[in-house]
Amino acid sequence: MTRLNLLLGVGLLFAAALSVAAGKVWVPWDAWTAADPRSIIIVELRLPRTVLALLVGAALGLSGAVMQGYLRNPLADPGLFGVSSGAALGAVLSLYFGYAAQAWLLPGFALAGAGATMALLALIAGRSGSLILFTLAGMILTSIAGSMTALAISLAPTPFVSSQIVTWLMGALTDRSWDDVTIALPLVALGAMLLATTARSLDALTLGEQAARSIGVDPGRLQALVIAGVALTVGAAVASAGVIGFVGLMVPHLVRPLAGNRPSAILLPSALGGALLLTLADCLVRLLPTVSELRLGIAMSMLGGPFFLYLLIAMRRRLA
Amino acid sequence: MTALTADAIGLSLGGNRVLDGVSVAFRRGRVTALLGPNGAGKSSLLSCLAALRTPDSGAARLDGSDVAGLDRRERARRIGFLPQAADVHWDVDVATLVGLGRLPHHGRWGAGAADRAAVERALAATDMTALRTRGVERLSGGERGRALLARVLAGEPDWLLADEPLASLDPAHQLDVLARLRAVADAGSGVVLVLHDLHLAARIADDAVLMRGGRIVAAGPADAVLTAPLIAEAYGVDVEIGVTPGGQRFILPIAR
Repeated sequence: MTRLNLLLGVGLLFAAALSVAAGKVWVPWDAWTAADPRSIIIVELRLPRTVLALLVGAALGLSGAVMQGYLRNPLADPGLFGVSSGAALGAVLSLYFGYAAQAWLLPGFALAGAGATMALLALIAGRSGSLILFTLAGMILTSIAGSMTALAISLAPTPFVSSQIVTWLMGALTDRSWDDVTIALPLVALGAMLLATTARSLDALTLGEQAARSIGVDPGRLQALVIAGVALTVGAAVASAGVIGFVGLMVPHLVRPLAGNRPSAILLPSALGGALLLTLADCLVRLLPTVSELRLGIAMSMLGGPFFLYLLIAMRRRLA
Repeated sequence: MTALTADAIGLSLGGNRVLDGVSVAFRRGRVTALLGPNGAGKSSLLSCLAALRTPDSGAARLDGSDVAGLDRRERARRIGFLPQAADVHWDVDVATLVGLGRLPHHGRWGAGAADRAAVERALAATDMTALRTRGVERLSGGERGRALLARVLAGEPDWLLADEPLASLDPAHQLDVLARLRAVADAGSGVVLVLHDLHLAARIADDAVLMRGGRIVAAGPADAVLTAPLIAEAYGVDVEIGVTPGGQRFILPIAR
């Protein structure tokens, strides 16, 4: 298990090195010294982009693993929960009102959207810690935020704004700067710390809710931790990269055969694996010979859709 | 000497009065059977004792203090609860499953030597040592039942509360589980079981609590409680009570 983490860590180093070098312009790693004019590409473009890919991937992988453990459902995804739709709605509103000129306004709006969704979810689900209420509330919030996003697109003041919104929704890490890293890093770190504290409770939930409570799990506290942790990690991820689906769904499945099925055992590998997957995917979209760069969100969906189908077929075979 | 007591517990669920002023004391080193017809309030009483439900009035007390007010981890170390549903949501191996019973004992850095030793004892006590690396989904129903029992035993609680631990087991496994629960009581813990089978109750119980409609009909030593008139009062059936040549009591319903 530790060997798996070590392996993923080594993989991450290689992926990060590739991500720094790869793109329309290949930059050798020794070009980052100040004397080389290409160093600006590395320091101002490739490095922040790589760091963001690592952060966003880790955030999505970890929150996916926690959501699957919490809901005890291998098909759960951080998007289920309304936070990413809420964050997207916030960002879309900032584009709609034309505030996006300021670098920090779009992520700010996205975070406000994530926070508002989180507060609503906590309010609706209450202190009961009930899973059904929680899941339904998340689904309802997701659909409300989705419909308001669609409304914003259809009422957009100019075609430019509506295309800007649609493009943003597809998710990408193009042209990100250190400012984006400065916003995302502390939020992802704090959220990841909150999520890491749920490990034991997630293990206990393997036995079902009643038995978990009898071995000391506080369902209300656990739910609050999951809500806050997912809101911070996923909110920050959406704020800095737009909507990137399927990472949170796929990565836990990919690491389970290697790390075991115990929910706590897959938290760290899922974070590392998510970072690895997203960094590699982001290298790929830069290297594909498309006219304009393929959007990362689209690339992930193209990988994720078939993967989801494969999961369902595998489950059907097992249930049959 | 520690004691687990129900102190005038009243509980309403969805407008129904499921427990109505239930007072009863349980003793350590003994197996107590909670008996009564469906809807008598047995499982509700058990979940109040395990602090899974909070009574509307009265309290379940452990050594005099309300179990609902105890620190969760402290309570989890002292009261083990085996639910009726044999849910295991992830296909973990048996040793991992049993290890979950030690969660309330874990230190900051997870399982220690004492935890591992307790898991080994629980595996040995349930004959699951050989199956320790097998995934839960590849166990038979009886093996899974034993693994879940081992999970509770691993916590080495002072009190073991189990809701219908014998349901859905075949006779051989029922006797098997009864023998293990007997051993837990003989080792000094208190064992409280919700049972619906009067035969099996007569076989294992030292004490019995007979309930009906959220109230206690009778409580005390099993021989004194499991009598034809009291059973008729609780269940509304006439029974014949006999003794096998081997000295086992049996209870046979004959008419309602």
